[in-house]
Amino acid sequence: MELTGAEIVVRFLKDHGVRYIFGYPGGAVLHIYDALYKQKDVEHILVRHEQGATHMADGYARVTGQAGVVLVTSGPGATNAVTGIATAHMDSAPMVVITGQVPRHAIGSDAFQEVDCVGITRPCVKHNYLVKDAGSLARTLREAFYVAESGRPGPVVVDVPKDVTADRAWYEYPAEVSLRSYNPVTRGHPYQIRQAADLILSARRPMVYTGGGVVLGDASEPLVELTRFLGYPITNTLMGLGAYPGTDPQFVGMLGMHGTYEANMAMHECDVLIAIGARFDDRVVGDPKQFCPHARIVHVDIDPSSISKTIQVDVPIVGPVRGILEELLAALGESNRRPDEAALKAWWKRIDGWRGNDCLRYERGSDLIKPQYVVEKLYEVTDGEAFVTSDVGQHQMWAAQFYPFAKPRRWVNSGGLGTMGFGLPAAMGVQFAYPDAPVACITGEGSIVMCIQELSCAKQYRLPIKVVNLNNRYLGMVRQWQEFMYENRESESYLDSLPDFVKLAESFGHVGMLVERPGDVEGALREAFALRDRLVFMDFITDQSENVYPMMMAGKGQTDMVLRELA
Amino acid sequence: MQRLISILLENEPGALARVAGLFSARGYNIESLSVAPTEDPTMSRLTLATNGDDAVIEQITKQLHKLIDVIRLVDLTDGRYVERELMLIKVRASEPWRDGVRHLAEIFRGRILDVAGSSFVIELTGSRQKLDAFIDALDERCILEVVRSGAMGVGRGDRSLRA
Ligand SMILES: Cc1cc2nc3c(=O)[nH]c(=O)nc-3n(C[C@H](O)[C@H](O)[C@H](O)COP(=O)(O)OP(=O)(O)OC[C@H]3O[C@@H](n4cnc5c(N)ncnc54)[C@H](O)[C@@H]3O)c2cc1C
Ligand SMILES: Cc1ncc(C[n+]2csc(CCOP(=O)(O)OP(=O)(O)O)c2C)c(N)n1
Ligand SMILES: [Mg+2]
Repeated sequence: MELTGAEIVVRFLKDHGVRYIFGYPGGAVLHIYDALYKQKDVEHILVRHEQGATHMADGYARVTGQAGVVLVTSGPGATNAVTGIATAHMDSAPMVVITGQVPRHAIGSDAFQEVDCVGITRPCVKHNYLVKDAGSLARTLREAFYVAESGRPGPVVVDVPKDVTADRAWYEYPAEVSLRSYNPVTRGHPYQIRQAADLILSARRPMVYTGGGVVLGDASEPLVELTRFLGYPITNTLMGLGAYPGTDPQFVGMLGMHGTYEANMAMHECDVLIAIGARFDDRVVGDPKQFCPHARIVHVDIDPSSISKTIQVDVPIVGPVRGILEELLAALGESNRRPDEAALKAWWKRIDGWRGNDCLRYERGSDLIKPQYVVEKLYEVTDGEAFVTSDVGQHQMWAAQFYPFAKPRRWVNSGGLGTMGFGLPAAMGVQFAYPDAPVACITGEGSIVMCIQELSCAKQYRLPIKVVNLNNRYLGMVRQWQEFMYENRESESYLDSLPDFVKLAESFGHVGMLVERPGDVEGALREAFALRDRLVFMDFITDQSENVYPMMMAGKGQTDMVLRELA
Repeated sequence: MQRLISILLENEPGALARVAGLFSARGYNIESLSVAPTEDPTMSRLTLATNGDDAVIEQITKQLHKLIDVIRLVDLTDGRYVERELMLIKVRASEPWRDGVRHLAEIFRGRILDVAGSSFVIELTGSRQKLDAFIDALDERCILEVVRSGAMGVGRGDRSLRA
């Protein structure tokens, strides 16, 4: 049928099964908004800032595995979206962002609200397009979704000039999509898988190190099966939490800068490292020269450029983690070798020794609210079943350490870019995906105000999110670094003149709660979660001096951890 | 180590910017770059000269592969290949250089494309080393302009880079 470009965009989204589109209108996209108005299949969510739209789409994408969709206008609409696009890119979240552009004849003339959107976003997208005629809109959008969701996922920007949305063209949903220059690997190399199986079974001090790739590749089940079959210790990155049950005895906790003592020590001493869907980030590795000095390394990743980027590996396997783990399991089963029981027993004994250090312990019985305690209580009150998003800072680390996720796609945070302001809109995206599920946003008084305007959007769509504000009146993570590395010189890390968060929440039409005593923490949480149809903003006034432990100092060796000293 | 990488690229606006942007964003070196459409006008062939240790070159080729507009690529330096670069060089042809320059051009099998009262334009093709050697051999006071195409390369024998 013949449609206008704007109608093609909307019709395509419907035909592609898109339910929500997070956006904000403006001149260059008004034809598209008019087409949205005339239909009911795709629901548009009116955000309050384009950054919010991108994080909402991102949150939606991370818990569903489907690309989140964003629509913004040209110029400032597009530039406001850049932070969220870069956030999604760093964490490999699938997203399609449709940006308006000035009409084709005006491109390059410094027209009103013109920016080179393709140019600005090029370094922080998986791919981007400038659509040059209405006839190529449907195919371009189809490609955009395919590229965003396949292989290593990521954001794709489609820049659409206004006159293209007015032109008419023939529309048909493109059933097929193929790109001659893009063919993600669909299967791991069988020889490499056999090599890996041999190496894995030869281990005396093995370690499984998994990351966000297991979540993105929906490979939690084969991972659990593999790990239990082997009986090996396992650690997750910040992005991989939940892919292996956080309370399982084989799980030694998160690794890296704020990982557990046992996880980092075991990494350092292991002789075979099995890295799965993790990218050897510097927050995990520390000093590459001192990283896992005794280990031979197997690395499973769908992106060849993640392999041997910072750390040289011995057995690389390129491909989707799910299929590879299934084949690896089969290869292990067929092998006549078995894990070395005696060596493994000794290894676990050593690990249990490190565990005895109880590295996450903190002072109980304080008169002040300890942030860790709030997260522990949140875990109890939600039976560990909530979706949890976070912002960036100390509270993010406490969320990761004290909420042991049982399932993948329950924990949503900005790891790679570390974007303050991510938590609230991401939680809203999650709530759109799962309207009846408990969704908590663990945040800090610094981060929350970076996208606080979305409280208004949350009101409009009646999203009953529970905001857990760990209010330490500090840019706590910054203050901690200043304490450890700058002799306590608190340069600009104190947050003065904070708003009254209770009144603030109320002014947006939500419920606000101020919690100042440890004894009130659990009651407040229970009361908040009982208000099933309201957004509740809980402002927990926490101990200002609390630090995140352990801490592996940036650029140092894995064993170089600062631990908490307790009386 | 010096590397010559050959790339088949979608002939789309912006595709070249992706390649160039990748090098600047990741701090890799581009020594020279030559690009033009192939017999199939939807594709460009690009030859890129760069340097780095093996790990850097491995990352460069992997990152290039990741660009959606890159159809195929090969590191020519991994095998046997032919390399050529074209140079147009304008030199002073006044005394006392006139005869010396003409003589040097002959030795290097250069062609004099333009003869004016006080200058020559010489065309020279060859490997990068040969062009460098020609420039070195000239008295630098007589060089007016140097225009080089950047190296181009193609694998010898059965090695072909096709879509
Ligand atoms: C304040 C702060 C503190 C932090 N502290 C820590 C810390 O202590 N510990 C920590 O771990 N992180 C920490 N981080 C996060 C860190 O910066 C990185 O984001 C994180 O370590 C990367 O996780 P990952 O290796 O799992 O990779 P991800 O970014 O999740 O990347 C996933 C990898 O899997 C691959 N992949 C994707 N899909 C598939 C598939 N289907 N099959 C196979 N492979 C696939 C991708 O190619 C990629 O290589 C911190 C961040 C912040 C902001
Ligand atoms: C947009 C942005 N700006 C700056 C930073 C640097 N930064 C990292 S953590 C942090 C402090 C966060 O403070 P708060 O949200 O109160 O969390 P806390 O550490 O106190 O728990 C800052 C400023 C960042 N990550 N993101
Ligand atoms: Mg704070």
